[in-house]
Amino acid sequence: MATRNKIEIQRLNLYYGAFHALHDISMDILDRHITALIGPSGCGKSTLVRSLNRMNDLISGSRVTGSVRVDGEDIYAAKADVEKVRKKVGMVFQRPNPFPLSIFDNVAYGLRVAGVKNKSMLQDKVEQSLRAAWLWDSLKDQLHLSALTLPLDQQQRLCIARLLIIEPEVILMDEPCSALDPIATAKIEELILELKKNYCIVIVTHNMQQAARVSDYSGYMLLGDLIEYDDTKKIFTHPADQRTEEYITGRYG
Amino acid sequence: MKSHNLREKGVQYLLTALAFSALFGLLLIALFILKEGLPFLTQVGLKDFIFAHDWEPQSGKFGIYPMIIASLWVTFGAMLIGAPLGIACAVFLTEFVPRPVMHTIKPMIELLAGIPSVIYGFIGVIVLAPLIRTHLGGPGLSLLAASIILGIMILPTIISISTDAINAVPNSYREGSRALGATRWQTVYMVVLKAARSGIISGVILGMGRAIGETMAVIMVAGNAVKVPGTALDSVRTLTANIALEMGYAVGLHRSALFATGVVLFIFIMLLNTLASAFVKQEIRRR
Repeated sequence: MATRNKIEIQRLNLYYGAFHALHDISMDILDRHITALIGPSGCGKSTLVRSLNRMNDLISGSRVTGSVRVDGEDIYAAKADVEKVRKKVGMVFQRPNPFPLSIFDNVAYGLRVAGVKNKSMLQDKVEQSLRAAWLWDSLKDQLHLSALTLPLDQQQRLCIARLLIIEPEVILMDEPCSALDPIATAKIEELILELKKNYCIVIVTHNMQQAARVSDYSGYMLLGDLIEYDDTKKIFTHPADQRTEEYITGRYG
Repeated sequence: MKSHNLREKGVQYLLTALAFSALFGLLLIALFILKEGLPFLTQVGLKDFIFAHDWEPQSGKFGIYPMIIASLWVTFGAMLIGAPLGIACAVFLTEFVPRPVMHTIKPMIELLAGIPSVIYGFIGVIVLAPLIRTHLGGPGLSLLAASIILGIMILPTIISISTDAINAVPNSYREGSRALGATRWQTVYMVVLKAARSGIISGVILGMGRAIGETMAVIMVAGNAVKVPGTALDSVRTLTANIALEMGYAVGLHRSALFATGVVLFIFIMLLNTLASAFVKQEIRRR
């Protein structure tokens, strides 16, 4: 199966006011693979992932130069439709952030935003998405309960279900397991590996074992620079850059 | 060491006494109104007092039904104007303008609360009533004029509390919604307003309490005719206006009837405050 570049980042610079947060980043991200971004706190990995669906727009004073192409289309072009970009490039956040609505309404949210009113269609899609996030069997009888009553790992999978319903093509995950315990983390990782079959996944993680376990490609970032980007196996066994080696062997960060 | 302890105890007793003095004041007022009003209520009867239509103190007729209706309509009208306007303003300030703009405008809106009600009444008489008279008919001094003036007067309460409630909604909800492709407005009405709902409702209820209790501005713009209003352009007299207008010369049973009016008003407002605090508690429990 020929895989192609889903995302092409070219000379991306991002500023928060006077602060230069990303320096001239260029990288290609393959479809149907998992790409991990690793690096110490404040290195810009979250900023980079958030610039792939223009979530940085929400922070006042942020400014971008360069381009991010998804399927060849620059999402920062003047004519780009931000809402459309975000539907195509979905995001899962560090802390599970279900809305203070029922489980059903949480999952149905994206469709309702898109104007879907048909009840049976909503029901079918909600079931589909919950199944895809492995939640249907445990939650099917309590869809009317508030999503905030769920344990954290189910909340996080609910956030994934909520995303799957709008049929994104790329899933960005910003440290999706950092609020979870090891068992819950293992479940989410298993789910991520399953999702890889159909989606292009970019995951930011603090946890190097996690990057090594789930990702196909890894990028190491430091102070706003992409230091090294390669096959995960290579990054973790024979890194080309000494700074990467220092980080993965625990001498730094 | 010992004198230190003594001072601690002293301060504690002093603070306790001060705290209870406020409570004591409330209790005294309640008792006083009840003491003055109850004899009348037992003599005339609550039912005749509340449901009789005629208020003619000279001939011993004490029916406050028209004024209860007037108070309810004026308050309802004020809510109809103040609540949507106030909530819209709070949404605008919190979600659609940069933070520094909000931090400049919000204190200015809160200043509105500091304008004496007689000034609002003044504007109502000079500007609003003639406008209503020439464009809509009727005497001008009317239920409509009172509702509009009160609607504006309760804005600071509603805006201030709603703004705080909306600001307390975690940003992660907004991010989550925007990341799913929702626009700013969709995010506001599908998530943010739902999350802030109980805070906004308690703000609206507190504004309602203000509207029911307001006296001076209402006296000036409502016209004060004692009758059940047929339309919004009719002149009305509210419960509060009734007390303030007649207290100066009332004696005997008449005076007692005004206190009984106060009792009815008191019960109204207590009901509202209980409702408001129930909503606030519900919100705290949910967090």
